[in-house]
Amino acid sequence: MHEVGALSPTAFLVSSAIKVIAVFTVVMVTVAMLTLLERRISAWIQDRLGPNRVGPFGLLQPIADGLKNILKEETLPAQASRFYFILAPMISIIPALITFSVVPFAAPLPTPWGLVEMVVADIPIGILFIIALTSLGVYGIVMAGWSSNNKYAFLGGMRASAQLISYEVSLGLSLIPVFMVVGNVTLPQVVWAQQEGIGLWFALPLGLSFFLFVISAFAETNRLPFDMPEAESELVTGYHTEYSSMKFSMFFIAEYSNMLTASALMATLFLGGWDIPFWKGDNMVVVAPGVVQGAEPHVLKTLLTLLSFAVKTAFFIVLYMWVRWTVPRFRYDQVMHLGWKVMLPVALAYVLVIAVTILVLDSIGLPYGLGYGLVLTAVSVAVTAVFLFIIDRDRVISGAAPRPERVRVRRPAERALVVEGEPRAVPGYARVPAE
Amino acid sequence: MTTLLWYIFAALAIGGGVGMVMGRQPVASLLSLVLTFFSLAAIYILLEAHFIAAVQIIVYAGAIMVLFLFVIMLLNLGHDYRADLRGLAWIVVGSVSAGVIGYMLSRALTTEGAIVDQGGAEMIDAALRNHNAVGAIALPMFRDYVVPFELTAVLLLVAMVGAVLLAKRRV
Repeated sequence: MHEVGALSPTAFLVSSAIKVIAVFTVVMVTVAMLTLLERRISAWIQDRLGPNRVGPFGLLQPIADGLKNILKEETLPAQASRFYFILAPMISIIPALITFSVVPFAAPLPTPWGLVEMVVADIPIGILFIIALTSLGVYGIVMAGWSSNNKYAFLGGMRASAQLISYEVSLGLSLIPVFMVVGNVTLPQVVWAQQEGIGLWFALPLGLSFFLFVISAFAETNRLPFDMPEAESELVTGYHTEYSSMKFSMFFIAEYSNMLTASALMATLFLGGWDIPFWKGDNMVVVAPGVVQGAEPHVLKTLLTLLSFAVKTAFFIVLYMWVRWTVPRFRYDQVMHLGWKVMLPVALAYVLVIAVTILVLDSIGLPYGLGYGLVLTAVSVAVTAVFLFIIDRDRVISGAAPRPERVRVRRPAERALVVEGEPRAVPGYARVPAE
Repeated sequence: MTTLLWYIFAALAIGGGVGMVMGRQPVASLLSLVLTFFSLAAIYILLEAHFIAAVQIIVYAGAIMVLFLFVIMLLNLGHDYRADLRGLAWIVVGSVSAGVIGYMLSRALTTEGAIVDQGGAEMIDAALRNHNAVGAIALPMFRDYVVPFELTAVLLLVAMVGAVLLAKRRV
């Protein structure tokens, strides 16, 4: 226990205001840079150069894009319902920017005025706040599609509503094992459980949850291979077909900040958040205002953990982009099939298995610690193996190894060989008589 | 501050409800209803019931309403719905409902000794401190009221089986 001292009410207000402004600025600047990063990565994957003319390495490209979007003409399609058309981008950008506020991004910072927690708002419902707000973000997309008076936009909005509701179920269910192991829903507690409580990052003891969460998060943020609401080759650009200038840009900012928050969440829930691996010096949690349990807080530790958090988040962002430029888009029925017939039953069964494991471990009296985490890891690996090799058997998920179809296409080719010159014995076909 | 916020969200909730009933297009009505649900969730947060607020948004505003929206958009409803809301029957049903709601409101506003006066705020604080936001709801639900909870679950299951059965007969 380390007593640093609680903030006075005035200091609390000032520090909160500073955190709000700082986090908002960092998120907005990061989102702008992400648009550049996306284009550079896509260029790299497709063996091009990408935007590299504006500033060094094209770093000023986002500013040029922003200026262009502000100066462009605003359009309002004929017969569109004006109120909802203007409201839609706002509805989709507000939840996207607010959700980052409950993510802890570094170890608590000791200051002369008291201990400052490095999270904008540590509210008691924690991640449920994020799920609630992201589920409101879909109204922006649906409203945009509906109010545009355009059939492509309308189809995009409808697909968005069906897709988001399907994957929200498995997203929520994939989080339940995490809550059961931690015993709380606030994200600082989740980080603490991975540092000291279990001592393992949850990607190991709750591996299947990790995969389910990553896939659902891809679908929830409308990123390829789940970008059905905007599928360019089918729907022009889907729900924002009729939008121009800054209104279009707001949808864009919403998409990228959703992606940023989802990456930060994956890092926090399953890769230890701001935890630095194999180092006990950063394991701390705020138990009461100004009181820290675990290691002693220090300014340098805050900076190092901030770096660790940034690296983990960046990893998932690059993963998002890597997948986008590698994997083709799903068909609509495949999206629904995966969501309802694969993800949902697997997530439900996994919740059951983890609940039973926790009940058994608690009743035989295994102490909550590393051993507990290792048993859960073993159970998770076993469940994943059962799913992949016994239940699924290559039907949904299979490797990139050669498929048996290749054998079938060889037959006609062999028959063709028979006609010219040397007759060859091909099993299953009659021998062609020589001239 | 809390009182001011309460008035703002109460006004929004009522405005959303009125908008829902008066809306000309089904989608606009539905979006007004979402506004009502959202304002109710904000009022729950003002009452320190964070978990109920989150569930209100996740389940009602986030899931059920999106499903309704999908159905309305898919079936393209809303061309001949006004006839349902005309005529004598509507006036009678409307007045009876308004009377019942008015009576309940008058009882609620005049009854002495509401729960809040009997130390409800302290009870909530203690529950939040001892367990967390989820535990404060989950413990009574799964320990003291487990039978009603399970009965509700069975009721929902029956409704779901019934819906599947009805839909299957059509095919």
